[in-house]
Formats: sequence, structure tokens, C-alpha cells
Amino acid sequence: MADASSQIARTVPTRRAGRLREFWKYFSENRGAVIGLYVFAAFAMVAIFADFLAPYDPTTQFRGSELIPPFWQEGGEWAFPLGTDAVGRDMLSRLIHGARFSFFVGIVVVVVAATGGILLGLIAGFAPKWLDTLIMRLMDIILAFPSLLLALVLVAILGPTLLNAMIAIALVLQPHYVRLTRASVINERTKDYVTAARVAGAGYLRTMFVTVLPNCLAPIIVQAALSFSTAILDAAALGFLGMGAQPPTPEWGTMLADAREFVLRAWWVVTFPGLAILVTVLAINLMGDGLRDALDPKLKRS
Amino acid sequence: MLRYVLARLLTFIPTFIGVTIVSFGFIRVLPGDPIIVMAGERGLSEERYQEYVERFGFDQPLWKQFWDYLTGVLQGDLGQSFVTNRNVWDEFFTLFPATLELSLCAIIFSVLVGLPAGVIAAVYRGKFFDRALMSTALVGYSMPIFWWALLLIIVFSGNLGWTPVSGRIGLMYFFDDVTGFMLIDSLISGQEGAFWSAVQHLILPSIVLGTIPLAVIARQTRSAMLEVLSEDYIRTARAKGLRPARVNGLHALRNALIPVITVIGLSVGTLLAGAILTETIFSWPGIGKWMVDSIFRRDYPVVQGGLLLIALMVMIVNLTVDILYGLINPKIRKR
Amino acid sequence: MSLLKIRNLSVEFSTASGPFRAVDQVDVDVEAGEILAIVGESGSGKSVSMLATMGLLPWTATITADEMSFDGQDLRELSGRARRRIIGKDLSMIFQEPMSSLNPCFTTGFQITEALRQHTDLNRSQRKDRAVELMEMVGIPDPSRRLKAFPHQLSGGMNQRVMIAMAIACRPRLLIADEPTTALDVTIQAQILDLLTGLQKETGMGLILITHDMGVVAETAERVAVQYAGQKVEDQPVADLFATPHHPYTSALLAALPERATERRLATIPGVVPGQHDRPEGCLFSPRCQYADERCRTVPPPVQPAPIGRARCHYPLNVPAGEEVA
Repeated sequence: MADASSQIARTVPTRRAGRLREFWKYFSENRGAVIGLYVFAAFAMVAIFADFLAPYDPTTQFRGSELIPPFWQEGGEWAFPLGTDAVGRDMLSRLIHGARFSFFVGIVVVVVAATGGILLGLIAGFAPKWLDTLIMRLMDIILAFPSLLLALVLVAILGPTLLNAMIAIALVLQPHYVRLTRASVINERTKDYVTAARVAGAGYLRTMFVTVLPNCLAPIIVQAALSFSTAILDAAALGFLGMGAQPPTPEWGTMLADAREFVLRAWWVVTFPGLAILVTVLAINLMGDGLRDALDPKLKRS
Repeated sequence: MLRYVLARLLTFIPTFIGVTIVSFGFIRVLPGDPIIVMAGERGLSEERYQEYVERFGFDQPLWKQFWDYLTGVLQGDLGQSFVTNRNVWDEFFTLFPATLELSLCAIIFSVLVGLPAGVIAAVYRGKFFDRALMSTALVGYSMPIFWWALLLIIVFSGNLGWTPVSGRIGLMYFFDDVTGFMLIDSLISGQEGAFWSAVQHLILPSIVLGTIPLAVIARQTRSAMLEVLSEDYIRTARAKGLRPARVNGLHALRNALIPVITVIGLSVGTLLAGAILTETIFSWPGIGKWMVDSIFRRDYPVVQGGLLLIALMVMIVNLTVDILYGLINPKIRKR
Repeated sequence: MSLLKIRNLSVEFSTASGPFRAVDQVDVDVEAGEILAIVGESGSGKSVSMLATMGLLPWTATITADEMSFDGQDLRELSGRARRRIIGKDLSMIFQEPMSSLNPCFTTGFQITEALRQHTDLNRSQRKDRAVELMEMVGIPDPSRRLKAFPHQLSGGMNQRVMIAMAIACRPRLLIADEPTTALDVTIQAQILDLLTGLQKETGMGLILITHDMGVVAETAERVAVQYAGQKVEDQPVADLFATPHHPYTSALLAALPERATERRLATIPGVVPGQHDRPEGCLFSPRCQYADERCRTVPPPVQPAPIGRARCHYPLNVPAGEEVA
């Protein structure tokens, strides 16, 4: 017995490394995914080191420098490379600090939604039929509302802050994890290795988390990447509608809401925050596509 | 097949009750007295406050409140707007055609562009056209549409002056609502230029609202086509000496359409979420803008009723799609 | 003149791990009204060479041949349009998996009449009559009702009959049947083979039967081509092949047949077919051949003359007296 377990201990890590290498091989074949990964890494760096990277404080208003265009346009100044907004705040600094909020939103939403969703999905997949039905009906109810609308109403009730927006978005995204986890749990549960683990005396919790869960992770990881971008988009949309981060927070969606009235006068206050959202979301989606291709055994054959 | 429909209908009922509970519960779970919150800065006299308590039934026990609400819902009574005093049901159906018109145009736009794009990309898999198309689709899929709307306004309304910025029709046109669809009403009115004005007002919002569905449809069509194109029956079709256009456009597309139609059908939720943003930006007088305005006005009867009706609509469409899926998919039809 | 004449056909697939040669210098000849069986293990390139003839290979395949002609027409130089006038009409093919080879979204009637619509001038009702007639020919009971059925509503055997009806709809000169019975129940297999040979006699078309089943070969074919790892290793009339196999591979194949087993233990061929990366330098069969020597392992074998079964071997077996080994 001791022999067997020590042998497992010895073989498992090498297999992990092999799997990781294989994963990277497939992932790196997809050029878009690698580009997405680099952009995302850069985005994360900007978010973490925003305080050092930003030339100014994002809320400092430079009197007399309102609505200065980017440096390459006439009237632009090198002091404000991407121009200033209507109250004279440096666009570049605000964008850099905005990355921090978006990154934060993405991380928190994914962690909260995934944890809750995986737990509920595991329970639904293993529980007796009535509990399974109950959980799935609850998820159906959440899914019946358009996600943005539900988040909007939730935030309206909880109060318009970024934190509440994150809670609302996490709640709205979480049913996808439940469905995904439950589906793969039910698929895995009938396989022989699970039966073998049960026969060997593994308890419910062990079967759920140690035996089955690791084999269901591939689609969940892909979903995590995709909901990271959805979270950023939804948080920005809420901010844009005035139900997310409140001014003067340099959140990208909120910045866009502030900029709306200058749409036809100062293109840069509108263009840059949106571009930042688009590039970030695009990078994450590219990465997500690559992850899906690399993790999906169906596509590996070719 | 009948059993399949019945089973689907049976899951509809608990979800419907759940959705009712959720929309009912929202007002009750929020911290603070809903009436005070609704009144906001306007404030309320003591008599008015009592009047509202009775009107909303807050003096009744909770189960009685819910029962009254549920029976009201089933009779089409969703209460009255706090702001306009109009029936929520009536308000919804006055504004709904505007949203429907916009959504239909958006979907037509996205299908007309997305479906051929996906088919062509699949047929020319790996070639330049495929890559360009799929990169564009991913950009569209990642698009913050509220920003996209602003960009289009800058270019087409600002720089080029081609399209109006807001509303459904030019201010100089005035005619009665007959159908609620501006395109049809403007034609019926017979006023010169009215139809064209309505079309111009529709273009940008439709493009904005259709962008994400377009990307989703193109991607889904491509992957479904790729899967189908490697099937044996495609080889059989080619072995008959059929033209590539017939092999791809009939034998392959017919099979690939099944998942694509499902995706189109299931995107009503996304579409309505998009309508919230699109209608707000373009001041489009539909239910999306109505909901946002009501949320800001703290018009809770409207929020509650609107939430329920929208969820109901999504559920009914999803149910229909599910049943249609069974109808068009011969493999399910057999059971 | 041969109906189908192929000289030195090679097919290469470009794969992620480099080029893969699926068919290697294969010659095929079929006379009008002849039944040729092509035998080989899976992966021996027998289907691929026929798919190449039909022009049905994906674009990853590179096809080269010295000659490739059907009924005097050079298949290599045909435009897509001209090729489509031939395939499905004079040259048609049925496939291994009847269930997945029919389009699930269309009725069998639609799929049969579609071939007629493409290649004949028949009008709608004539096409329908012909479809009923075809279904009767292939032994489908109650044809007018079955015309409205979808493939998933029929059994595998029925579907294969539908496939055959579809393939012979335009009275082809040559029918290629790619393992037509492999996916079917044993009892149905015999019926389908009888049907094919019966139709062949009736219509006088040529028939190429691709199979890995020596039993099927013995019962149906007139001539046999044996393929191994993409190469044709032997080509003989069926009786001669069973009596005097010239290539060691053929001989080993025959020895592995349970019907011909002489010992208690069934004979097997040790080893596996070489893959993409372990192709031997000389004879492809040399690693598994009990007669192989150094020459076999280093020098690719020549093709022997017709009396020695066109065997691709340095040391052919059972050489008739007076024949010169190449």
C-alpha cells in the first residue's frame, strides 16, 4: 500500500509537467492566443504598477489645460501625451489607473462567480434529484433575465458602487459555471475511474473535489477566461450607465459616460477609454479561444 | 415529440413562478422603506405616505401581498407607474414595438451579413479571407457597444452628417401610431420623406445592436460548417457531381443551420441587454430606455413589472427555440 | 482499352508532422464489365487511391500520376466542371458507413433524385418514377413510402441499399464500392454483396470492390489487387491468387484465413504496417517478411511481370517454370 502511494507521488508531478508542456505546444500554435497572452500580461503589469507608470495622479485637475488634444494634433502638448479631459485631468494617467479597476473587477468577479458556480454545480451533479432540480431551476430563473438588466436592477437596489457592480455581475455570470460544472460532473461521474475511487472507499467530498473536479476543469478554465472579459465589459457598461464606479473614479466605462457630451467636440476623451476596453477584452478573448483549442481534446486529433 | 414539448412546458411553470418571486422580491428585500426610497428627495406628506402604503399593499402580510401580485400578473395587472400613474402593462406595450422594430432590424442585419460570412470563411478555411473575417468577428465580439455607438456617431453623424443622432424619426413628421412600427407607420402616413427619415434613424442603432450577434453568428456558422463539411454525407454529395455551391449551400448549410438557429434564438437575452445600452445612447423610446429611466427615477412598480415582462419574453422565446430545434432536427424529431 | 487506367499514382498528404505518402506508385486497370477487388489492411491506401480517382480528396492531398484515364478521358486535366459531369454519372462510388454517408436533413427520395436532376434531363415525375424503379432494383420494399423516409428512420442495410440506388441512378460505367459491407451485420453483408454482383451482371458495369475481407474477395471478384502500405504488391485473377500467391504478404494473408488454417493455432503476420515515420528503406514489407534478407531491407523491390502476379518483390514465391524473375 505504502509502495503504491509513493509511486503515485512520484509519477504525478512528471505527468503534470508533461501535460503542461503539451498544453503549451497547442496553445503556442495559435498565434492570436499568444499575442492575446502578451497583451493581457502587459495589461496586468499596468494594473499592478499603475502608481509608478502614471505620470500624474488620475484625479488631479490642471486648471487652464482642459480638453487638450493628444500630442500629435495641433494644440497638443507632450506634457499630456493623450490629452486631457473636460476638467483638465491627464487622459493617460486616468487610463493607466483604469486598467487597475478593470483588472480588479475581472479577478474578483471570476473568483466569486467561479467558486460559487463550481460549488453549486458539483452539488447539483452529485446531489439527489430534487436538490439538483432545485439548483438548476434557480439558475434558469437567473438566466431568464438579460444579464445587464438584472445587474442594473441589483446595483440600483444595493447602491451604485463598483463593489456592488462586481457582486451583481458575479451573481449574473455564476449560472454559466453551475451549468458547465454540472454537465461535466454528470459526464465524468459514470466513468470507471470514479466508480473505482468509490469502491476504494473514497468519501463523497473526496470523490467530488479530488477525483472528479480536476477532470472537469478544462471547460471551466475556458469559461473563466471568457467571463473575465464579460465582467470587464459589463462593469464598463454599468459605469457608462451611471450604475457602476462613480466619478471621479477613473474607471473606463465611467470615463466614457463623462465624455459623452464631448462626442462631437473632443474625440480623444471618447476614443481612448473605449479603445482600452476593446483591446483588453479582445486580448482576453483571443487567449480564451486559444485556451479552448488547446484544452479541447476533440480538436487535438488533427 | 409531444412528450418533448410537454416536458419543456413543465419546466416552464416553476421558472415562471420563480421569476415572479424574484421581481416581486426586489422591492421587499431592499434596505429601507421602499416608499421613502421611491419618493426620494421629493419627500412625502403623512397622508400621501399612508395612501401609498395601501396602494402597494405594504400593510398586508407578505404572502397576501405576493398572492395579490401573482393574481394581478395573471390578469395582466402589474400596477401603476409611480411617476406617470399609467398602467405598467399599457406602458410596456406602447413602447415594445419600438424595441421590437430595432431588434428585428438588428437581427436581420446580423444574419444577412454573419451567415454568408461564416459560410465563406468555412469554405476557404485557413485562407486569408477566413483569417481576416474571423479576426474582425472577434473584434466585434469583444466590442463595448456603447463605445462603438459613440464612434459611429462621431463618424457618421458628426464628420459625415449622414445620420441623425437620436430618436426614431425627424421632428417635422407627425402621424398617429397605427402599428407602433415606425417603418410601417411612416409609409401609411404617406408623408413625403417620412419613411426615409425613419430608415435613417434606424441604421446606426441597428448596426450597434447587431454587432455582437453578427460576430456570434459568423463564428458559430463557421464552426458548424467546418464540422459538417468533414461529414461523410458531404463526400457523398460531392461524389454525385454536384456543384460546390450546392454542396456547401444546401447539403452543408442545411445541417449547419441547426446550431446556428439555436444560437440566434437564444440571443434574445443578449439582444435585450444590448437594447438597454443602444436605446439609452440613441434616445430610442423603447423598453430598454424605459427600464433605465425607471431605475433612475426609482419607479419601482415599473422596474418590477418590466423585469417580469422582459424575463417572461426571454423565457417564451427560449422555449419556442427549444421546440423549434426539436422540429428542425430530424434526429430529435424521431423520438 | 481499359475502362479505368491508372499508372504510377501517388498521393501525399501534408500533415502537421510532415508529408505522409498514403499511396505509392500504384497501377490500376479495370476493363468494362470486370469485377476488381482491392484488398489490404486499413491504412494500405486502397480507399485513398479511389478517392483520388474520384477527385474527392481534401486540398491537403497532392496527387501525382503518369496516367489517369477513365473511358479515354484524362482525369488529371479535367476542369472541375468537366469532372463533375463524369463523377456521379459514369463513375460513381458508395462508401463504408451508410448511416453517416446519407444527409440526415433530406429524405432518401430527395437524395436519389438529386443525382438524376444533376445528370439527366428527366422531369420531376420521371425522376420520381425512376427513383421508385431504382429502389425496387436494390430490393427496398414499399419504395414509394420509403422515398419520403429520412435516413435515420431506416436500418443500416436499407441505407446502404439507398446509397447503391443513388450510385447506379445514372447507369454508371464503373462503380467503386469502398468497403460496402464493413459497417453492416454479417447477415446483411451477403445480401448487399449479392445485390452488387447481381447489378453488375445486369448492367454490365465495371465494379471495383475495396475490402479487407478475403472471404468477400473469393466470393465476388474476378481479379484481385493486393495493397500494402500504399503500394500494390500483387495483382492476379482471383483463382490464381488463392492457388499460387507470389508475394510473401499475400501468402501470409491467405495463411491467416481461418478457413485455410492447417494448424491448431491461426497463423498471424508479426509486426504492424509501417507508419509515417518508420518506413523501411527497401521493401516496405521486409520488417515483417520471413524471407527478407539484406537486399530486401536496402533495395526497393522491382515489379515482376504479369505471369508472376506483378509482385513487388525480390524473391517472389511459386514462380512458374520457365518464367524469368526480374
